[in-house]
Amino acid sequence: MRPVMAVFTAALLFGAQGALAALNILTCEPEWAALSRELGGDRVNVASATTALQDPHRVEARPSLIARARSADLLVCTGAELEVGWKPLLLSQSGNPNIQAGRPGNFEAAPYARLIEVPAVVDRSLGDVHPSGNPHLHLSPANVTKVAAALAERMGQIDASNAGYYRERLKSFQERWQQAVTRWEQQAAPLKGMRIVVYHRDLSYLVDWLGMREAGSLEPKPGIPPSTGHMTELLAQLAREPAAAVVRSAYNDPRPAEWVSERAKIPVVTVPYTVGGSEKARDLFGLYDDTISRLLGAVR
Amino acid sequence: MHKPSMVVAALAATFAASGASAQESDLARLREEIQQLKKSYEERMQALEKRLADAETRAGKAEQSATEAVKAAEARLVPPPAARGENAFNPAISLILQGTYAQTSQDPNKFAITGFVPSGGEVGPPKRSFGVGESELVMTANVDPYFRGTLIAALTPDDQVEVEEAFFNTLSLPYGFTLKGGRFLSGIGYQNEIHQHAWDFQDAPLPYKAFLGGRFQQDGVQARWVAPTPVFLELGAEVGSGRNFPSSDQNKNGASTWAGLAHIGGDIGDSYAWRAGVSYLRTAASDRTYSDVDSLGNAVTNSFNGDTRMWIADAVLKWAPNGNSTSTNFKLQGEYFRVRESGTLAYNDGGAVFGSLSDGFRTAQSGWYAQAVYQFMPRWRVGYRYDTLRSGTPTIGIVANGLGPTAADFPTLASHNPSRNTAMLEWNPSEFSRLRFQYAADKSRLGVTDHQFILQYIYSLGPHGAHRF
Repeated sequence: MRPVMAVFTAALLFGAQGALAALNILTCEPEWAALSRELGGDRVNVASATTALQDPHRVEARPSLIARARSADLLVCTGAELEVGWKPLLLSQSGNPNIQAGRPGNFEAAPYARLIEVPAVVDRSLGDVHPSGNPHLHLSPANVTKVAAALAERMGQIDASNAGYYRERLKSFQERWQQAVTRWEQQAAPLKGMRIVVYHRDLSYLVDWLGMREAGSLEPKPGIPPSTGHMTELLAQLAREPAAAVVRSAYNDPRPAEWVSERAKIPVVTVPYTVGGSEKARDLFGLYDDTISRLLGAVR
Repeated sequence: MHKPSMVVAALAATFAASGASAQESDLARLREEIQQLKKSYEERMQALEKRLADAETRAGKAEQSATEAVKAAEARLVPPPAARGENAFNPAISLILQGTYAQTSQDPNKFAITGFVPSGGEVGPPKRSFGVGESELVMTANVDPYFRGTLIAALTPDDQVEVEEAFFNTLSLPYGFTLKGGRFLSGIGYQNEIHQHAWDFQDAPLPYKAFLGGRFQQDGVQARWVAPTPVFLELGAEVGSGRNFPSSDQNKNGASTWAGLAHIGGDIGDSYAWRAGVSYLRTAASDRTYSDVDSLGNAVTNSFNGDTRMWIADAVLKWAPNGNSTSTNFKLQGEYFRVRESGTLAYNDGGAVFGSLSDGFRTAQSGWYAQAVYQFMPRWRVGYRYDTLRSGTPTIGIVANGLGPTAADFPTLASHNPSRNTAMLEWNPSEFSRLRFQYAADKSRLGVTDHQFILQYIYSLGPHGAHRF
């Protein structure tokens, strides 16, 4: 048994060493994993706690996440109460002091972004509202720019030896991002004024940016599952003021969207919502490219 | 800048002209004119410079006011903090409200698990008809950068306040260590750490009821360590004073309860997550008494002094398509308990027949449960649980030596293998409310089946509670 143990221990140690060489980043959502990769290149190890097919509100602090949080140097999350149902447990069970609230290793995007839909009244009778505002902020390119700058700085603060590298990659990212934004705004010009039905209010930033209009949501209130009663009301509303499409995010249940689509005779557009939500949404650029082209498909 | 060169050209031309005419009076007039020209030019230059400076100031002011506008706009984006001053540091407060409507074929006040020493916990079915459950008040906040504090108080239906949990835990220990101290739900097993309102059934599985009085609270200290490995591996140890069943208050220095636990877990693809563990609990009891009735109907008090050793193996597997539990998900959970007690049992019938006797006492008992809960569509969950216990035959020295009471004088410890089938259906209007219907065919009592119909509501108010795996 001894040699086996020795080999096992050695493998463990080497494994740990390999992990130490790069900055270990755990992100709550895939969009921040993609951004961390843009900024960190090969100097970072990035893992995302959730995939694009999971609802970021409803995740459990499962064992694999606790194990990942244990070795993370930096935890990158959205904030604005999006992860309130699981991040506190992840923090308390991980035994990792570096990522606790208030430490540099605990990064939240929301404080650096411009949040919209900040509720004037916070009450659960309005559904699962977020007192800080709509947390699905990565679908505003301006927010991505702001968060990228703050994140690169934070990465440099934790991993000072690579601060210059992160700054350079930030510069390159910002340049490419600005060019892409100009391109997207031109491409998406036909979307201006387009009325869409959403599932959850998770596309608000996109709607806001491209000048689209929200014609209603399948959820009667945020976080409350769609009901037939509410969708019937929605159909009546759509009969008076028609919409161009029902837009659902990849992680949403397809059935309610299809139900409304069939009856209102408008197409369903499935958008990736975040990185990994579709074949083409491999990174942030792909996410925006694919989202806009899918929406344009419904307009033509 | 055309002006100065024009002036110079004009001057040159005039000088040339003056050289030609060379008249004193003309020269004086010319000088005079040049002086005037110079003066007016200087005045105009100053005026121009002043205009430029003014324009610059105005532009600067405009820029400044623009920055201020942006700053003001940004300030507006940040919502004002919810509270200021002293209130700003109030702990997060949440409240659980629950209640039941129950209908049972047997009297819930006479509930017992035959074959097992009564655990003294609130393990029976809820009271018949309408009843409120325990209302739980949770307060939690960071104490400072190093500690977090939590209080969970239960307001019981019989107007008592119980401290369910009151503990601190560390935030900044290195190397994956965390320390918890105070009163807390022990980390043994799987369900023990989960609060009653978050259980998948209205009551605890039989092994928890029989061996731990529903759940095991520690008054003590817990240390946990999470290994820096990609696979989740956690080790923990606890010491405590042992105030709860199966121990009893010792009134002695040092610890009388020790627990060790090990958990391992991970994912299988995106859709499955699992955790498995083993736990060990060792505790001691002194004068742990229970009431019984001898074969003639006389009241008897039995008192146990000795040790309890308990092993628990637990496993839980969760499935959700692509890990997205919103629409459908499935949870399979099971635990196996093995419990040995050894010590002495004192028998006292108050002098009715034998008076007070004491001799050795040993039990080896076990139990397990398995349950499955399936969310088949948003809002709706259905679940099934099977639980069973094996009492074995206790070795009672008083009975074995044949001089006093017989096994018939210990009816509570009669050999019995209780079992139960439970089914439930839940409707969850939102994440914060739950209505549950539960039916159980409970064979905890020797020879009878208790049919229990329970309707239950659970509401959680306040901040979003975190979901424990």
